[in-house]
Amino acid sequence: MELSILICGEAGQGIQTIEYLFPNVLKDSGLNVYSYKEYMSRVRGGSNSTLIRVSDRPVRAFCRKVDVLVSLSSQTTHLSRLSDRIDSDAIIILDSDSNTKLYHNGKIIHQVPISKLALQAGNKVYSNSVVLGMLCSILNLPFENALSAIEKWFCNKGGNICEENKIAAKLGYENISTNSDLRIRKDFNSDPRVKEHLLINGAEAVAIGALAGGCNFVSSYPMSPSTGVLTNLAAYSREFDIIVEQAEDEISAINMALGAWYAGARALVTTSGGGFALMVEALSLAGAIESPIVIHLAQRPGPATGLPTRTEQADLLFALFSGHGEFERVILAPGNIEQAFSCTAKAFEISDKYQVPVFVLTDQYLMDTIYNFDSLKKVEPCFNHVVKTTDNYKRYEITQDGISPRGIPGFGDGLVCVDSDEHDEFGRITENFTIRKKMVEKRLRKLKDFSDEVPAELIGNEDYRYLILCFGSTREIVVEAVKDFDEVAVVHLQQIHPLPSNLSRYLRMAQKVLIVESNATSQLGKLIKMDLGFNNFETLNKYNGLPFYVEEVRDFAKRFVKGEI
Amino acid sequence: MATRFDLENIDIAWCPGCGNYSIHNILKAALEELDIDPKNLVIVSGIGQAAKAPQYIRCNYFNGLHGRSLPVAVGIKASNPNLTVIVESGDGCMYGEGGNHFVHAIRRNSNITVIVHNNMVYGLTKGQASPTSQRGFTTSVQVAGVLNEPFNPIAVALSLKCSFVARAFCGDIQQTKEIIKRAILHEGFALIDIFQPCVTFNKINTYKWFKENTYYMKDHDETDIRKAFERALEESPLPLGVFYVEKRPTFESQQRIYKNSLEPLFKRKHSVEQIMNLIESKRRW
Repeated sequence: MELSILICGEAGQGIQTIEYLFPNVLKDSGLNVYSYKEYMSRVRGGSNSTLIRVSDRPVRAFCRKVDVLVSLSSQTTHLSRLSDRIDSDAIIILDSDSNTKLYHNGKIIHQVPISKLALQAGNKVYSNSVVLGMLCSILNLPFENALSAIEKWFCNKGGNICEENKIAAKLGYENISTNSDLRIRKDFNSDPRVKEHLLINGAEAVAIGALAGGCNFVSSYPMSPSTGVLTNLAAYSREFDIIVEQAEDEISAINMALGAWYAGARALVTTSGGGFALMVEALSLAGAIESPIVIHLAQRPGPATGLPTRTEQADLLFALFSGHGEFERVILAPGNIEQAFSCTAKAFEISDKYQVPVFVLTDQYLMDTIYNFDSLKKVEPCFNHVVKTTDNYKRYEITQDGISPRGIPGFGDGLVCVDSDEHDEFGRITENFTIRKKMVEKRLRKLKDFSDEVPAELIGNEDYRYLILCFGSTREIVVEAVKDFDEVAVVHLQQIHPLPSNLSRYLRMAQKVLIVESNATSQLGKLIKMDLGFNNFETLNKYNGLPFYVEEVRDFAKRFVKGEI
Repeated sequence: MATRFDLENIDIAWCPGCGNYSIHNILKAALEELDIDPKNLVIVSGIGQAAKAPQYIRCNYFNGLHGRSLPVAVGIKASNPNLTVIVESGDGCMYGEGGNHFVHAIRRNSNITVIVHNNMVYGLTKGQASPTSQRGFTTSVQVAGVLNEPFNPIAVALSLKCSFVARAFCGDIQQTKEIIKRAILHEGFALIDIFQPCVTFNKINTYKWFKENTYYMKDHDETDIRKAFERALEESPLPLGVFYVEKRPTFESQQRIYKNSLEPLFKRKHSVEQIMNLIESKRRW
């Protein structure tokens, strides 16, 4: 049993509250839940929507189909925008003055008095609680769960707010209870284990992953969709030993973070494409001074300002080739919330160990995705890579693996000298051609033994004929799309640079390969051509600002398997 | 004077007669007199002739990007407040390329000392105008003379309530040394704009010109920001000395993690248990 619910309305109407409360109510009822919001770049008005999927079984991906649509607004404009997702059997609920029915573009719309009931409870802004009550009634969930959610959310807001919201929820619940058309007959099988699950979004997972990786310094400039990581870490800074600073710009943010690493901190910057563009010179600096740095790059559609609040995977090659001069880097692109945590934690370890920049490449889709899951990877104590210096310490000592023991100022008897100019082993400026050559080779040698920190992951039938390759946040969408296909397997990449050594074998075993990417130019495909010389693949791309729907990947994969593509 | 900051056998890239030598020697003497341990000293610089300075001093240094010395210094000091952090760069690096950082680093009031070698011209790129070049100054780019109003770092810093604002002249060794010592001892962001001639590219603002066009402020109340402003706007002659001093909480002292202990970040323990507890808390809401 599964149901997808879409809640829409204008910015500022309280969708966010429902999008937080309702998944928690569902989880408390032992039901699996998934949620993703798509929203406009404005604070008030416009048209936003949040998809909430409920199921007996785990659900983790964005889908097109809508079973129940609730509009907090009485305007049918929201419906028009979402019309391609509303099938004829969908239940559509629209705010109105009274309980009536309306026919709109051949569909029945149930008008219910959402804002009127809210006003009756005390204030129009309680519409979200009315809807919460309605949703509980539609799904036949115990009303107590809605009440306890409201208590948790509103109990410290003072005055009568909590009580009035409870009344609002009850009015909403009762309104639906007396309207048999709107109640879903099917029953969900509740799983008590789900009640004990974790429920966080991608931004929280990256932030907690950073803590697990020993992050104790974050300097950033707010930019959607990367800001959630900054605000989460700011909240944790009340408890954890972490300095959080909002820099005047992204250039400052990354230079500050490099200063922090130099002095022994483990620093993170979190940004999106345009902000990262400003950081690029300092990325090259990190390459030159061999500083670790972890960059969380939450992608959104460009070029330039693009679609600020929406999603895309179009900065992969930008991240790979950014920065003047030649130096190494690592790019990790987590595929889901658990991986957002583990990749970020791992990024700090890799960055510190190899003294290279490490990217955690996410996007708005992953940042704003929520679902319940059992556990995160175990938190390991951080390995301390910093050495105590001795007199005559050489920061850039030439070593076999290219990695020089990293000292920090004020720890030991040596001096730690780093320079953006070409330098000798002591970090002093040089124009000696022999030293220059040695330093270039040393810097490019550091990842020689690095290939499979995160191997390519094969999901599905090991005797596949058809292979679908994807990276980053499309993982769960692609996996759900082809889960019932016999001869299809999915290979998902978290580690994109360097490409894992097992990828080539997976690709060459397939009769046909399809690469699914949320961009227009198949950037992963280009990378695979360049690095592996593999160019025998088809592509599926989406670049309108929305994530892939499970259905569109499934339909395309069907045609791909049939040989129509 | 021999100091613990001297390096032997170094090839200094500055022109003979450059004001940088004088600032370099004064800084080393000031550090010596303050008994600072080179191992505990970090000098941060950007790009330019002045930014080469840390290469010639025995200390830890971070010679980064053009204009970006201040954020680096803020990151270093915040990560280890026990280090003495000095920024040394030129007028182009600090007031031009790094102008935005100059404004906001002052607002943060990190406990760092910022020494700006101000010769009113670009040296490394060979003689173009700098933000502090005077109107009418002709160069290979500003062929009709500089059209822009010169940047007034003292007035800008005062407008941001910079907690220590001073101007010096590299030809006055004793006075400049005392100002640098006060700046290093000051808890908070200390700006010292140091006039120096560029013997190669600036034939207008020479040693002689600075001598004739500056004076030391006497009976000036360093705690009065309005008076400081009045002095900062004076152009002919240009006042030297400490314009303004204010005691105010620093960026570092206001960080929660340093309320009870100044232990640097690298010495702090990574608590697996605390993170596990945070994760477990996400099972309940």
